[in-house]
Amino acid sequence: MKKLIGAIAIILSCSACKFNAAPTALPIYGNRTPVTKTVDGKTETDTIYQTIPAFKTVNQYGDSITNKSLDNNIYVADFFFTTCPSICPVMHRNMLTVYDAFKNEKDVKIISYSIDPKHDSVNILKKYADKLGIAGNTWWLLQGKKEEIYKLSESYLVRRPEEDAKQMFIHDGYFLLIDKQKRIRGTYDGTVPDQVNHLIADIKTLKAEPDQISGK
Amino acid sequence: MKLKVISAICLLLGVLFFSCQSDDEITFRRYYTTGNVVYQNRCQNCHGTDGQGLSALMPPLTDSVFLKANKASLSCFIKYGLKEKLLIVNKKPFDGDMPAMDLAPIEIAEVLTYVTNSFGNKMGIVTAQQVSDDLVKCK
Repeated sequence: MKKLIGAIAIILSCSACKFNAAPTALPIYGNRTPVTKTVDGKTETDTIYQTIPAFKTVNQYGDSITNKSLDNNIYVADFFFTTCPSICPVMHRNMLTVYDAFKNEKDVKIISYSIDPKHDSVNILKKYADKLGIAGNTWWLLQGKKEEIYKLSESYLVRRPEEDAKQMFIHDGYFLLIDKQKRIRGTYDGTVPDQVNHLIADIKTLKAEPDQISGK
Repeated sequence: MKLKVISAICLLLGVLFFSCQSDDEITFRRYYTTGNVVYQNRCQNCHGTDGQGLSALMPPLTDSVFLKANKASLSCFIKYGLKEKLLIVNKKPFDGDMPAMDLAPIEIAEVLTYVTNSFGNKMGIVTAQQVSDDLVKCK
């Protein structure tokens, strides 16, 4: 009898460890459309998820960056401008912790779209990057056509930027986590350090998902 | 009886003495606490919760030597902002712009009391009168 109890205890403790180790998958955000097709005479229903559309920009090194440049990368996106006196410094203070956590990993990138492309030229962006203390190709600061960037913000499910009477730009401080299939997998308030730690943990979870490892 | 009267007088004197002394202390605490709120609303986004600044973009507020040397200019920096001015803080150059803050002299005094007595600084109270005097001399 004693042996039986002992055996049960061992089995239970082993299985308890297994349950804890089970990885979780991140949700997929955005609109989804069911598509029904007929394959080999059978009807199959598939789900098409919302993805980030094509865009054309230039980064702080003057290199042309499009949506293709991010193929096979998990990335974090945000919207900012270099002369922003309100939330951007907080966002980028927090984004620096994301940068430090992943700067040596090839398939994780950060992109910050400038919403004030008229002022934020390649030169200005490079200076900002130097002062922020970022180098290499992990974190790109992007200049594009204003209308295109503003339209793009809608695909990232963030508030479309606006200009108020004082020509200041109003925008929100969200960080968006995008997977290798360009689907939105997480949204985090970039002004809150706790949420940014959550983002770092989520990137690690996402990297371990089978279709992120295969990239298909 | 005599002893009682003497001790009562001593007690009264003691209360007077300490209440006089803590008047300044109370004013300081009031400035400091309100200053903390002004700091959170107007300064913290750039200069950080611990006055640590942000890389080479935003200067930290932890350089006591800088704060002492520029004590009379601090009100001007806040009220009128900074443009194309090079500051050396913690031995590092900062040349970014700082936006002007539309604050009353009393608010500037409060936030300066907070900043110059936080983050490892200890410079005592900055009064509204001092701020008004300094603002007249802004270049």
